[in-house]
Amino acid sequence: MRQRLSNLALELWLPVALVVGWWLLSDTSTSTYFPSLRTIMATFVDTWMFTRFGSDVIPSMARFAYGLGIALVIGITIGTVLGLVPTLRRAFDPILDFFRALPKPALLPLAIVVFGVGDGMKIFIIAFGTVWPILLNTTDGVRGVDPMLHDMARVFGLTRWQRLWQIILPAASPQMFVGIRLSLSIGLILMVVSEMVASTNGLGFFVLLSQQTFAIPQMWAGILLLGIIGYAVNLVFLMVERRVLRWHIGRRAAASGDDHQPTAKPKGRLRRARVVTALSSVFRTNA
Amino acid sequence: MMLEVTNLAKSYGDVPAIADLTFGVAAQEFVCIVGPSGCGKTTLLKCLSGLLEPSRGTAVLDGTTVDGPPETLALVFQEYSRSLLPWKTVLDNVLLPLRAKGLDKAEQRRLAMESLAEVGLADFTHAYPWQLSGGMQQRVAIARALAYQPKVLLMDEPFASVDAQTRAELEDLILKVRRHFGITVVLVTHDIDEAVYLADRVVVLTKRPTKVAEVIDIDLPDDRDQVTTRESPEFAHLRGQVARLIVGAQPGDADTTNVGVAS
Repeated sequence: MRQRLSNLALELWLPVALVVGWWLLSDTSTSTYFPSLRTIMATFVDTWMFTRFGSDVIPSMARFAYGLGIALVIGITIGTVLGLVPTLRRAFDPILDFFRALPKPALLPLAIVVFGVGDGMKIFIIAFGTVWPILLNTTDGVRGVDPMLHDMARVFGLTRWQRLWQIILPAASPQMFVGIRLSLSIGLILMVVSEMVASTNGLGFFVLLSQQTFAIPQMWAGILLLGIIGYAVNLVFLMVERRVLRWHIGRRAAASGDDHQPTAKPKGRLRRARVVTALSSVFRTNA
Repeated sequence: MMLEVTNLAKSYGDVPAIADLTFGVAAQEFVCIVGPSGCGKTTLLKCLSGLLEPSRGTAVLDGTTVDGPPETLALVFQEYSRSLLPWKTVLDNVLLPLRAKGLDKAEQRRLAMESLAEVGLADFTHAYPWQLSGGMQQRVAIARALAYQPKVLLMDEPFASVDAQTRAELEDLILKVRRHFGITVVLVTHDIDEAVYLADRVVVLTKRPTKVAEVIDIDLPDDRDQVTTRESPEFAHLRGQVARLIVGAQPGDADTTNVGVAS
């Protein structure tokens, strides 16, 4: 407990100091462009609790969620197929490299022409931008499945379905998570950009509109909220990752221990130990 | 015969790995296969388990020619850390092959628990493999193979990656398991002592391209003991007999096999 508190203190002193410093230094500010943190926070509370929460935050987050959801389904499905069929992969490689390298905002004009300025266009841009890291990492993960596991699956007569769900996808999941993490930040960027270019609501729209109407504290409040959302999304991701990849993290830790002692205890005690590790890992998720 | 290997040969392209193997394993017999390093043991195991198709000859398991992984055979791999699934608990690892067999849930569980109890892991069903020591992980792999209810248990150097004491424990465990389940065991090893200690018969292989050098009956009493069996003169004699064959087959030695190696 003491250890954990001192760890927390070690990580928090700088952010806290910066915020306090910002607050004190900006408190006497008369600049139009750099209002005091006190003003920004007052605007922040006014704006986001709760007048514009439903009209701007929810639509933005929904577009982000839909876009990412579509990218996950398509990316993991196609990524798995390409990982399993080498001939297909070789045929698709140049195309994949082309689209991956294409700067995604370049597609905005095209998306507006095709989908209009509504949610469809934004969801398309977010999905299109985030699908590549997921797809490519899934392919790599599936390709990298230990051949011995394939042998084992054949010897024990596992069905195709079992091989896919019980062996290939779990074995590829650590690599998938690498891709998903990349996709999260890309998705947030594209959410903001697409809302700035053509929208009638959303966080990107709000920040740009505030700037154009000289509502500078509102602009700051929007930027601040976007930063917090980005941070929170990452935090949620890490918590999900720790839960889904608990085996992977545990195995790596076991493998790096100098001599390999059994860490499992018979039943009851083991379960309690796991709850404690899970709890302590929650405290360490903001790396 | 439970397993009958007849004129089995395997080449990779033009490179012969196994030249010509013929031997049989009777039901409930324990046969160890030893040979010099690089003698194609893994290739032989893959042919027996249906993972590789032989270039010539056949392996007949319980009356059926092997042309794919047979349902009556289970394999224990050398590297337990790679053949167990780290994202599944010990119990789920053992259950996985049973789910494909179409047994009902209660029966699957009964089989899995019975096998885990047999290898002494009844209290570790909810642990993950990586939380266990190497020896315990290999016990999980053995339990998984037993729960599959094979007629023949094939083992690929199963004790090569554990320390000496664990190895002795596992050797005695497999002898006990074999008695309890009345199972036929074919174990591939490079350890001459281990082969003699475990087997009813030892099949000694030559170097590549592999043939059977000799089949040696191990007429030691069935009740084997790590101390008394290993210190008996009969054991030493049999051990020497196998060792001479293996050493004689080492590369560089004047040998009878028709190897096309340019010297």
